[in-house]
Amino acid sequence: MESSSLQRQLANLKKSLFDQGNLDEQFYQLEELQDDASPNFVEEVVTLFFRDSSRLVANIEQAIEKCPRDYGSLDALVHQLKDSASSIGAAKMMKDCTVFREYCEKRNSEGCLRSFQKVKKEHSTLRLKLENYFQLLRQVGPAEKATRSGK
Amino acid sequence: MSSSRGGNGCGGEGERQIHVLAVDDSSVDRAMIARILRSSKYRVTTVDSGKKALELLGLEPDVNMIITDYWMPEMTGYELLKRVKESSELREIPVVIMSSENVPNRINRCLAEGAEDFLLKPVRPSDVSRLCSRIR
Repeated sequence: MESSSLQRQLANLKKSLFDQGNLDEQFYQLEELQDDASPNFVEEVVTLFFRDSSRLVANIEQAIEKCPRDYGSLDALVHQLKDSASSIGAAKMMKDCTVFREYCEKRNSEGCLRSFQKVKKEHSTLRLKLENYFQLLRQVGPAEKATRSGK
Repeated sequence: MSSSRGGNGCGGEGERQIHVLAVDDSSVDRAMIARILRSSKYRVTTVDSGKKALELLGLEPDVNMIITDYWMPEMTGYELLKRVKESSELREIPVVIMSSENVPNRINRCLAEGAEDFLLKPVRPSDVSRLCSRIR
């Protein structure tokens, strides 16, 4: 019935997250920590991540617009965002943050603005994809949670 | 790669359960380290700053291990480590530092100050298993 097509969608979405580099194998580590005692662990952690990262993105936006710009504070914020991303395996965000930090270090305004646009874009993309992912996961049900594709 | 979930219970059972104080300003990392420690059967208390850690340590002497992030606003993990090691009541408590950055100077400084171990983030269950044998 519906279920196998949902499972296929789920598998494809997950594959795309990894193939496109949005996620890396740290995400599997999160999944390994999920079990009967903590059945929603992955979604809980991802939710925490987006809560923190949204706040950080807003703070970065403020810091970037500040005149004169404090590159030290800006860098500290991007550093926090990168660390947060690394905990859930948000690989592309990590890479974008690394580039952003390099521009901060060089006090390269143009570079910072460009990098920030990339970071914001990836943040939105990742959030959308993961929201879809968890929605599908809920629809497919517990059977899918027990399996891990791509390993 | 072993897929150990760390469920080997090295945190002990019942009265012998090891109580770990986890300090990290990131809510994501607190959730991660708490989960990893609990799945190894440690009893875990999490706080989001060095200041709160010291407050708790002042009240509750039954903490068996402290695991702290290095980079935190206001008080770094290194500063927390120093405060613990300077205190006659607290100095025996093993302190483990976590950091997302592999900076040899930083690692050496922490170890020189008496840190039990230094873990690179993201922390894995296998890192915690490694701690097991050292903490006993």
